Amino acid sequence: MDKIKSIEELRKLREQAQAFLKTRQGEAKVKVYISMGTVGIAAGARDVLLAILDELQKRNFTDVQIIERGSMGLDVEEPVVAVERDGIRVYYGHVTPEMAREIVASHVINGQIVSDWVIAKE
Amino acid sequence: MKELSLNILDIIENSLKANAKNIELNILEDDNKDLLLIEVRDDGVGMDEALLKEVFDPFTTTSKNKKVGLGLPLLKLEAESCDGGISIESEKGKGTTVKICFRKSHIDTPPLGDIASTIVSVVATHPEINFRYRHEVNGKVFEISIEDLKKICNETICTPLVLNGIRDFLNEQIKSLHGGA
Repeated sequence: MDKIKSIEELRKLREQAQAFLKTRQGEAKVKVYISMGTVGIAAGARDVLLAILDELQKRNFTDVQIIERGSMGLDVEEPVVAVERDGIRVYYGHVTPEMAREIVASHVINGQIVSDWVIAKE
Repeated sequence: MKELSLNILDIIENSLKANAKNIELNILEDDNKDLLLIEVRDDGVGMDEALLKEVFDPFTTTSKNKKVGLGLPLLKLEAESCDGGISIESEKGKGTTVKICFRKSHIDTPPLGDIASTIVSVVATHPEINFRYRHEVNGKVFEISIEDLKKICNETICTPLVLNGIRDFLNEQIKSLHGGA
């Protein structure tokens, strides 16, 4: 897709986005938590978040809510991403942008937990 | 942190933790004065004098999860090693303003970095916040608020498609501030 350069183009994007939103009702099916305390940010949480957004867009998946959690007290595991789907919350540690893309594809969209990277479940 | 935009994100996260509803980010770059000034202003819970005095102490934190808070002390060190400094004004119940300045041409002044990504990270996770961003480079000004963007994008502001679009848009605006096409 071409880069958005003006407010006008942003306005057009909205129409496109609205079509996707129509399919979503009430609470989002999947919640993605990302830890953005000082340690998370220094470890690369921002790039992980952007990779998640990019992958969601590529796959046209909007039934998701992204929530910032601050530090979850798991500093040695930062960046930490948690995915909540079907009532289970799964934590992934040392997430890189590449890992984040795979987590989006397998877990967020298809419900397949990427077990190799899981650090906790609740 | 590799670039100042990450420090800015860190400070904004502090504001969010302080329950701020309105956050302003002002960036001023002035080559004549050889100045880079970053200001984050919020209307969060603020700090009392006692906490304000200790805010640059690495062993001061309001977090219950840990015993250290390194964000501000390290940034202070960084600014001071670049002929700059940091100041924090805060009033309990009114909000906090953090100002950081650097000598722009100082060899150790970190790059400002990817401001657009920092802003999109805030919008993506806190679309309910009133966020204003003003960036001035040698007299040229770009200014936008999440309010403005919400008027354009409505409820779609939380979709990845629109968020990525906003990032492109901001990048484009910041590039033209610096004279790029």
